[in-house]
Amino acid sequence: MNALKGFSAPIVTGVVLFGLWEGVLALFNPQGFVLPAPSEIVGALIDNWSEVYQGARITGYVVVSGLLAGIIFGVLAALLVTRFRTANETITPLAVAINAIPIIALAPIFNNWFGLTSARSNQAIVVALVFFPIFINTTRGLTQVDRSQVELMESYAASRSRISREVRIPNAMPFFFTALKLSTSLAVIAAIVAEYFGGRQDALGPLITQSAGLTRYDDAWAAVLAGTTIGAVLYIVVTVLERVAMPWHSLIRSHREET
Amino acid sequence: MNVIEIRGATKVFNPGKGNQVEALAEIDLAVRPGEFVTLIGPSGCGKSTLLRLIAALIAPSTGSVEVNAKPAEQARLDRDYGMAFQTAGLFDWRTVSKNIELPLELMGWTKGDRRRRAKEMLELVKLGEFATHHPSELSGGMQQRVAIARALSFSPALLLMDEPFGALDEMTREHMQDELLRIWKETETTVVFVTHSIPEAVYLSTRVVVMSPRPGNIASVIEVDLGQRQASVRDDPAFHTKVTEVRVALRKVEE
Ligand SMILES: Nc1ncnc2c1ncn2[C@@H]1O[C@H](COP(=O)(O)OP(=O)(O)OP(=O)(O)O)[C@@H](O)[C@H]1O
Ligand SMILES: [Mg+2]
Repeated sequence: MNALKGFSAPIVTGVVLFGLWEGVLALFNPQGFVLPAPSEIVGALIDNWSEVYQGARITGYVVVSGLLAGIIFGVLAALLVTRFRTANETITPLAVAINAIPIIALAPIFNNWFGLTSARSNQAIVVALVFFPIFINTTRGLTQVDRSQVELMESYAASRSRISREVRIPNAMPFFFTALKLSTSLAVIAAIVAEYFGGRQDALGPLITQSAGLTRYDDAWAAVLAGTTIGAVLYIVVTVLERVAMPWHSLIRSHREET
Repeated sequence: MNVIEIRGATKVFNPGKGNQVEALAEIDLAVRPGEFVTLIGPSGCGKSTLLRLIAALIAPSTGSVEVNAKPAEQARLDRDYGMAFQTAGLFDWRTVSKNIELPLELMGWTKGDRRRRAKEMLELVKLGEFATHHPSELSGGMQQRVAIARALSFSPALLLMDEPFGALDEMTREHMQDELLRIWKETETTVVFVTHSIPEAVYLSTRVVVMSPRPGNIASVIEVDLGQRQASVRDDPAFHTKVTEVRVALRKVEE
């Protein structure tokens, strides 16, 4: 229950916002042409439930699998880089170079590599995009440790791996989770935009482009809503995980808020 | 046999670079078993550096450091000493009790023994009711007391303490000084202690080492023998004579 604390304010904000949206449209834009009202979007969602649900499943799979792989690669690279100097000298410039590439621009090329109708290319885009923030932030957390904490462990003749376990990894946790929260929304954006260019045709991306092409904007919005839901659910999951993994951290935060 | 034997040890940080610092010049120092040696001197004169050399957390640029008649590095690997740092260096992700248990975990104590010892140590530093708190919930002085408890937890035969009482209020400070003296006497520990407080140095030590800065060096060594140490010593004329002696030595160094 404690882990869920703090979600009531955003929920209230959301309800108020959607109420306003609905109200303003009802007053000034009864045709709902440019921007459909929330009620119309929900209506479209119900009408096209099976299509949107299928799209959300495909895109959700791309997002989650890409996110997981990106996290694994990012964390592994960070661990390697902090442990071995040669790894640092090879991986870090490579990662920086990769980050300089506008990854999303590679979508058509990835389609060529992985097949135009396969979800693989979209997954690859998500992995590439998630990798960098996870790698950089986790590396930072693993290396920017309190010097006296490391010296203390050395004074106990602790092994390198023990120092990693007791000092570096706990220290990196807040850095990692910050990057992870950033990555969830990034992953959803990456997946949907990548789907505009190819991949499975029943995913959310094609659903949005096709609906918009047929000027069925409320259907397009219904698909956007599904994408938003994926992002929101992931964000909540990460926030809960963060609180479970770092009880001491939420403690620090709540104390700061009180004072 | 001396517990610590430093011969011609120097320390230059970042040698050959623009930010080169000559922190210590040719230090010779021997500490006998059961001594309580205090290092005192102006800020930046190399007290922490000297303590780090003894602890083998850094290597001397030239010269040698021996602890218990072996190279300092070997003594570190043998866990021959316990160290309390200038900054508390507590782990936020561990509770207060778990922080104190950390060295015991590394030394393979059983869970029950660790619990018991952590509890004893917390009583000693008067933080008994904070066992399950996290360090971020404690004041600076309380954190420092936890760090002291951690350093004392495994009863090392050699204690290296870097301004451990710096953040404590006067009453707590005197209490901790008396506790440290009691432990020192009871367990026949050898202590090397850094402080900025002259009365503290005189009250605690058998020997006060006055250091001079740029580069750090030993300016003078003052033997202290105030007999049976207790609170009344603080009012003893002999105590004040020693305080003056150290003050004069320090003033010379600062000039
Ligand atoms: N890791 C380091 N790298 C470079 N220079 C250092 C390092 N550690 C210490 N120094 C330098 O060595 C000198 C002595 O520092 P040290 O920390 O030993 O002083 P100190 O006597 O403990 O001072 P204080 O009383 O302020 O704690 C200083 O000039 C400092 O800048
Ligand atoms: Mg110092």
